[in-house]
Amino acid sequence: MSEKARDAGYDDFLDAVEDGEPYYLEGSEGDGWLPPRSVDPNTGGELSEEPLPEVGELESYTVTQVASPAFVDDAPFVVGVASFGPVGATGMVVGVDPDDVEIGMAVELGVERTETTDDRVLAFHPR
Amino acid sequence: MVRQVPIAGVGMTPFGKSPERTARELFGDAASEAIADAGIEPAAVEEVFYGNFMGEFAEGQGHQGPMAAEAAGVTAPATRFDSACASSGAAVRFGARAVARGDADVALVGGAERMTNLSTADGTSALAAAADALWEVRAGVTFPGAYSLMANRYFHEYGGGREELAHVAVKNHENAVENELAQFQRSIEVEDVLEAPTVCSPFGLYDCSPMSDGASAAVLVSEEYAEEHGLETPVAITGTGQGSDGLALHDRASMVETPAARRAGERAFADAGIEPADVDVAEVHDCFTIAEVLALESLGFYEPGEGLAAAREGETTADGELPVNLSGGLKAKGHPVGATGCAQISEMTKLLRGDHVNSDAVADAEVGVTHNAGGTVASCVVTVLEVMG
Repeated sequence: MSEKARDAGYDDFLDAVEDGEPYYLEGSEGDGWLPPRSVDPNTGGELSEEPLPEVGELESYTVTQVASPAFVDDAPFVVGVASFGPVGATGMVVGVDPDDVEIGMAVELGVERTETTDDRVLAFHPR
Repeated sequence: MVRQVPIAGVGMTPFGKSPERTARELFGDAASEAIADAGIEPAAVEEVFYGNFMGEFAEGQGHQGPMAAEAAGVTAPATRFDSACASSGAAVRFGARAVARGDADVALVGGAERMTNLSTADGTSALAAAADALWEVRAGVTFPGAYSLMANRYFHEYGGGREELAHVAVKNHENAVENELAQFQRSIEVEDVLEAPTVCSPFGLYDCSPMSDGASAAVLVSEEYAEEHGLETPVAITGTGQGSDGLALHDRASMVETPAARRAGERAFADAGIEPADVDVAEVHDCFTIAEVLALESLGFYEPGEGLAAAREGETTADGELPVNLSGGLKAKGHPVGATGCAQISEMTKLLRGDHVNSDAVADAEVGVTHNAGGTVASCVVTVLEVMG
């Protein structure tokens, strides 16, 4: 039986978050992106690897009741979008009562395991 | 467009639940109806443009282009288009361009989707594939979840809330009451929407379009072909536009704007030589209630932040200044994703030529616009239809 292949870029990024050294890819105009990317999607130009800001701001969130099969045992759970400087990311908001989640709250990146599949998931911890 | 493209015929299966019917059978019905409506023989079709999104997932069937042609009784070259929920909108656009360019005199366009043979959980998974599989789906984002993120951000930036969105669902259900092709031919009240079980906050069940099975088709012809063969073509496609955007919401400059739709609309309007103010009636992609709001703003009918109240104020109802989704929209007509874009074309054609059950609401209409979106509008196709002079 073959082992599930890693997803280059994605798994590397989660490894980096777990190691406390998250990074992002920055284009010539200052836009930031998550890997894997060969070029800046907006300009087609080169990208450089930069350290990701430690604290992000929650831009939006939703409490999911009806989940996909990979998350059924996690429901209800909060998914959010946060900006870390020039980079946006989507993650599971953990360690907080869903009723206390607010747009604009400060969050830090982390990696958790899902209840349903024990797969790694990018997480936002309220700061 | 270089030339306007007459719509010779349209066809559409009833949308709803028919889990035992395959996409090929559904499309065969829609295509046969469109071909009969056009008054041509299948052999006249020179190329097939077909939309489908989840065929591999739902029925283990990829490579659906030739399957669609076969189902229609056509031996012409056939290609499948996948732009998620905008798949058949894209198919219509490329079919129209082929005719406008003179590459074909007769194109069969359309799409089909079989969805309700899947469980809700598997259907949710299949739809989520329209989002970013690495960065969104693996964080638990579902399709309703993605639009919920947009809705909550919209409320944060502009105010408003669930009640305004509820009016969108109420309006579209009301429009579907007499439409025999619609999945939900019943009206609902604002309270029904607000009290429905939550799917993803702020959405309840009635903020979401349903899982549906169905197919749609249209026959597009050149003006020369129509004249030569004496076809009646009261309505034509006069403009098309398409836009793309990043897959993931978090990569966009704003979560409450859909620039792919704005670009598609600007291109389609310029193509047709019209302005938003010239539009008499619109069918827009209301996969979720907030999606109709974002569509109206992207197409230039409303300023950002002002589209939310349109349904509540009666501006987009059947008797409003700009009736929107007279078919019932995706919300009440149903949303077999690969069929939706061409179904908008089919319904709009009937609305403009006067044989739709809701045609009386827009008896003097001359210009109609359809807006078909894929994912969280990472794909969008806008089409302008006009009554031919």
